[in-house]
Amino acid sequence: MEYILLFLPLISSIILGFFGKLIGNRYSGILASCLITISALISLLIFYQVLAEGYSSNKLIFNWIHSGNFNVNWSIKVDTITAVMLVVVCLISSIIHFYSIGYMEHDPHKTRFMSYLSLFTFAMLTLVTADNFLQLFFGWEGVGLSSYLLIGFWYKKSSANYAAIKAFVVNRVGDFGFAIGIFLIFFFYKTVNFNEVFELTPQLVDKNILFLGFELNLITLICLLLFFGAMGKSAQIFLHTWLPDAMEGPTPVSALIHAATMVTAGVFLIIRCSPIFEYSQAALNFVAIIGMVTAFFAATVAMVQNDIKKIIAYSTCSQLGYMFFAAGIGAYHVAIFHLFTHAFFKALLFLGAGCVIHSFKEEQDIRLMGGVWKKIPYTYILMIIGTLALTGFPFMSGFYSKDAIIEFSYLRGNTIGYYAASVGIITALLTSIYSWRLIFKVFHGKYNNKKTNLKSVHESSLVMIIPCCLLAVGAIFSGITFKETFIGHSSSYFWNNSILFLKFFPQTHPPIWILIITPIIVTLSIPISYYLFIKNKKIIDNLILKNKFIYNLLLNKWYFDEFYNFIFVEPIKKLGLFFWKKGDLGTIDKYGPDGVSKLIKLISNKSINFQNGYIYHYAFVMLLGFSILLTYFILY
Amino acid sequence: MIEIGLGHYLCLSAIIFTIGIIGVFLNRKNVIIILMSIELILLGVNINLVSFSVYSQDLVGQIFTMFILTVAAAEAAIGLAIIVIYYKNKGSIDVEQINSLKG
Repeated sequence: MEYILLFLPLISSIILGFFGKLIGNRYSGILASCLITISALISLLIFYQVLAEGYSSNKLIFNWIHSGNFNVNWSIKVDTITAVMLVVVCLISSIIHFYSIGYMEHDPHKTRFMSYLSLFTFAMLTLVTADNFLQLFFGWEGVGLSSYLLIGFWYKKSSANYAAIKAFVVNRVGDFGFAIGIFLIFFFYKTVNFNEVFELTPQLVDKNILFLGFELNLITLICLLLFFGAMGKSAQIFLHTWLPDAMEGPTPVSALIHAATMVTAGVFLIIRCSPIFEYSQAALNFVAIIGMVTAFFAATVAMVQNDIKKIIAYSTCSQLGYMFFAAGIGAYHVAIFHLFTHAFFKALLFLGAGCVIHSFKEEQDIRLMGGVWKKIPYTYILMIIGTLALTGFPFMSGFYSKDAIIEFSYLRGNTIGYYAASVGIITALLTSIYSWRLIFKVFHGKYNNKKTNLKSVHESSLVMIIPCCLLAVGAIFSGITFKETFIGHSSSYFWNNSILFLKFFPQTHPPIWILIITPIIVTLSIPISYYLFIKNKKIIDNLILKNKFIYNLLLNKWYFDEFYNFIFVEPIKKLGLFFWKKGDLGTIDKYGPDGVSKLIKLISNKSINFQNGYIYHYAFVMLLGFSILLTYFILY
Repeated sequence: MIEIGLGHYLCLSAIIFTIGIIGVFLNRKNVIIILMSIELILLGVNINLVSFSVYSQDLVGQIFTMFILTVAAAEAAIGLAIIVIYYKNKGSIDVEQINSLKG
């Protein structure tokens, strides 16, 4: 069963990639969607088994590397974390495959698109079913590759190409740390299999090693390096710059890869490695701090962006921050619960944004939209549901997971926990403001688009709306249905030892004010945003005028891109140019291939003069040669 | 009266040989002259062979000379035939203009 689940996406990808032309644009989408849907159904079945009877298994596919004491298998490990991830990946993926049939309808390269999507699903599945670090790394790189291919899908747009390269390169930076982490693990544990590594960890807690001249605790170092990889993949602050640019890709890609699944791989890694992270308080604190900073930073940037997809991208960044600080304070189960609910409502928001973009004929600037909620009611309702879930409106899915993060942070009871709780509350406020700003700017107010006639704005086709409706169901009910299972009192039975908790949370209830403060803020922010963004725009305009500096800082994303350009990109570009012009062209080519060929040309141009066709010259040369030979033989 | 010995014969042959060679190089006019010069070179060699043959009482050299004469005659015939054909095709046997071997 697991084999079918894993290989159907690969088969779909290969068929579409190599024989897509034979199948044709129309049927290739349907074929891929059906195959992935089978996978999704199997994943639901596995999830049900896990839920009902604590199912777990580890099926070997084959022995991948066997060299000395380095033994790596390719296998399918299914435990509770994997089962949750399988449901998220397969379900969202199949829904988005269906959505893509409609969204990419007029694209001539639809088969290629579908093939990449399936390839991505396969890579993500190998990532989550890994039973060792190397297979995890394989999946990790596989999703990176498909992300690159899909961001650069419209390869004729140069901005898409740049964004694809940026995503790939920034991820390499993170992967560098991740790879060193794996090397360290192999060096000290002599194995990379999860089970053995996790068993050995308690024995190595007190080991210190010298790293770059610093005496560091081994476990802490490994955790930090692994987290460095996670920061790259999950777009945490300092390595987040690729995610907003990745929105150059088609919208279904943004929904699947850059919101629901791939970017959560980092969170998955931390949760999977909880038996290591639990032994290093320093690393956990670092994770929590980075998570908090990212959550806050991304939310502030999202407040002022004008591109509909970039707003949601920064929102993703911010929500990933939530997951990380939840993991950082030790509430892994809450982190994965937020991952689970986030996948639904963020994919819904992206697909809704895709519908909006579709309706406005490829317009993405929210300043050029407005007042169309009556024209596209379904999209409007879906976006509202997504926004309510994202902001944590009571009884939507985001409410349960996000409030749980804040509660557990508070319950942790140490300084980091209190900071995390307050950052969580502030960010929740920012989240709801920017989300409602998006809704009000897009759907309410005056119609501002001069390029497209209001009358030509129309609802998207059913093949796009129905997948959104499925996601909307998830966005509404995934929280209330699984709250007790994932994070309730008996959740340890469900997690079935796949997550290690060294420090248990107190079983008390947090004070009532911390429970109700977030829902109150979130609910109140709806009318406030409505007043600010629709009724009385002057307040905002005045605020912008008075705080020009802060506004520009936020609009330019805290100048991260400029800073990196100045620090890394420009010097490296200059260095590259130097090596290219002076080193390669100026030295190697000049004296190497180019020099030799020039020399030969010169010599042959000279020697061509010998062959002038006059017989007496030939005879003279013959005689000359003959006499030289003769002289030589006479003398010696 | 000077006694004519081997040295004189060799000198004569060397002179004739050199005249032949110089004739090949310095001639800028006519292909036939080149042909004649080659003939001279061969004759110089012949004299050389014959004189050594007499000097060392060995007939092989003279027999060799007979062969060379035969081959030279044949060569002259073929050479002249080529020149005739060449003249028919190109309309000139001026050495300066014969450079179609040029690469």
